[in-house]
Amino acid sequence: MTEAITADGIRKRYGDVQAVDGVSLSVAVGEFYGLLGPNGAGKTTTLEILEGIREADEGRVELLGMSPWPRNAKLLPRIGVQFQASAFFNKLTARETIRTFASFYGIGPKAADTMLERVGLTESAGVLTDKMSGGQAQRLSIACALVHDPELVFLDEPTTGLDPQARRNLWDLLRDINAEGRTVVLTTHYLDEAEILCDRVSVMDHGKVLKTGAPATLVREIDDTVRIRVESGMLTADRARDLLTTAGATFSNLEDDGTTLALSTHAPGPVLSMLAEENALRGLEVRGATLEDVFLQLTGREYRA
Amino acid sequence: MTATDQARTSPAADGGTEKANAFVGLSRVMLLGFVRDKGTLFFTLALPLMFLVLFGVLYKGGGTSHVKVAEVGQVKLLDQLKDQKDGPLSVLEITTFSDEESALTKVKKGELDGLVTEGPDGKLVLRFSQADQVKAGTVQGIMNSLVQTANQMASHATPAFTLDSTKVEDDSTKPIQYLTPGLLAYAVSMGAVYGASFTLVTWRKKRVLRRLRLAPISAGTIVGARVLVSVIVALAQTALFLAVAQLDYFGLKLTGNWWLVIPLVVCATLAFMSIGLVTGSLAKSEESANGINQLIILPMSFLGGAFIPLDFAPSWLQDVSRALPLRYLITPAKSVLSQGGGIADALPAMGILLGFTVVLSAVAWRFFNWDDA
Ligand SMILES: Nc1ncnc2c1ncn2[C@@H]1O[C@H](COP(=O)(O)OP(=O)(O)O)[C@@H](O)[C@H]1O
Ligand SMILES: [Mg+2]
Repeated sequence: MTEAITADGIRKRYGDVQAVDGVSLSVAVGEFYGLLGPNGAGKTTTLEILEGIREADEGRVELLGMSPWPRNAKLLPRIGVQFQASAFFNKLTARETIRTFASFYGIGPKAADTMLERVGLTESAGVLTDKMSGGQAQRLSIACALVHDPELVFLDEPTTGLDPQARRNLWDLLRDINAEGRTVVLTTHYLDEAEILCDRVSVMDHGKVLKTGAPATLVREIDDTVRIRVESGMLTADRARDLLTTAGATFSNLEDDGTTLALSTHAPGPVLSMLAEENALRGLEVRGATLEDVFLQLTGREYRA
Repeated sequence: MTATDQARTSPAADGGTEKANAFVGLSRVMLLGFVRDKGTLFFTLALPLMFLVLFGVLYKGGGTSHVKVAEVGQVKLLDQLKDQKDGPLSVLEITTFSDEESALTKVKKGELDGLVTEGPDGKLVLRFSQADQVKAGTVQGIMNSLVQTANQMASHATPAFTLDSTKVEDDSTKPIQYLTPGLLAYAVSMGAVYGASFTLVTWRKKRVLRRLRLAPISAGTIVGARVLVSVIVALAQTALFLAVAQLDYFGLKLTGNWWLVIPLVVCATLAFMSIGLVTGSLAKSEESANGINQLIILPMSFLGGAFIPLDFAPSWLQDVSRALPLRYLITPAKSVLSQGGGIADALPAMGILLGFTVVLSAVAWRFFNWDDA
């Protein structure tokens, strides 16, 4: 498989903050690749260095076989970029906005309008961009990134701030974009999003990539941890711990936050029977490991976006 | 321009026959940004035009302020000379009153400069207020000369001495002649400075600049589009100003080489834009850009002679004005518009304006930034 992106040991420092601390990654052509991490992990900075709008302090980047820095005009028509915050001209409608971006690539208004239709904005084409809802703005932003039919697309937190329905609609669009053969690099702080969309993810924290792989593989690698949750108040955390220890059940991370009593275990059987015996099954939730557990295991912290 | 600047055909479904051009696209965006912004329209078109109309009305009638005199009852002497256009009565504004008391009250209040009645034996009686010494002197002088002229006419004698006088201003320096280039220069500087600086600040703040950097267009295309739009705006201002100033009411008369104002305005637009590039590169927000721009444009307009003609300014002010680009639009524009000036008046100024452009653009480049971070 040929590589669309290779990055080797990139670093970027802002004053005291080491925003990116030695990131290496490679993305294959046609892949849907995710950078996952909490806010401040360094996702945006990494992406900006890959796109070529920020110079790395150290390290090497290659995009489609070329270096994106300094500004490489041969590369630009082949990549599409959506910033974390939208970048629209003032006082323009959605249609005028996408037609303007299209014109930068020598693409006519008809093709621009087709792209607008594709992201479902035909009805709002006459709306000024600063009057659009968050979801509409995100979709327009993506449409502007795609209007010149790029092979490599960068999307920085495209679904942040959207309601669940809008998120789902956008996921469908992103899957289609990738299915057309485009390489997609996406950053997100939503674990479910990374799990659902990405072929491979790199889990980032404090400017470093902690682990890279297919979401399912990452989850499988951290054993078969099962998370069990019940309503709190039926069993104190201390009593639960005592009972489980006497029953010989292995568990970890037993917590009671006042609403839920939660714990993780590799052997759910004894735990569940203990809870049943104590008649403490109200609100029971049993869930296999997710990327959240991967993050917990990698960092020792709960994942908080 | 690089190869990628050339139009690429659309890969989309329509078969790719349609083309578009980044330069046209950018120019359109900037023009729409201008016409859709009510604030900009007001400050670059409406306000300077209001100044022109206001000052035009206030200063109408040239430097001479009329002497207002009440004619109470019938005054033969005045009626006799009333129709004589260039006679001593041409500076008098005569109102007829039937009642002496009310006319006197107006003189006392200073609303009228004097009142004239006809006494017995054709005697001319003048009553005036001493409140304004100059006007008091003027009204006495005029009445005196009136009586002299009448006596002379009555005696049919050839006068021993005559006076032939002409105003030095002549009819060719009506206020509209310096108001038009002055206020036009003010308008053009507002439009060009704000156009350039707000494009920079707003586009930087809204991340449009960094987005443009990721598009295969050259900096030259962006700058070129901005220049085109600013020049269009400036020429629209020029057309509007000349149209209004030439109305019969204001009475500006263009002379032969007036068209030279067009290249002058273009060069001045470039110079003013480069000021805007500097302020737009330095300012982080529209508010601070606005403040800096005003801090530059207002003093430059006053010192450069936009509102008050420099001809009567002290020499130190003349020197200050020479350091400001505005002067190099106003002075030659005044000359070519209505005083018969030609290429020789315009060309050196155009050179100086382009010099300002080069220097200020270099300064702007030094402070330029694609994004806030
Ligand atoms: N332009 C900047 N100047 C200073 N610090 C920055 C800048 N951009 C990002 N940072 C800091 O670098 C770290 C990584 O930020 P970022 O790459 O935006 O992370 P993420 O996108 O994962 O939220 C954060 O601590 C952030 O505050
Ligand atoms: Mg970010």
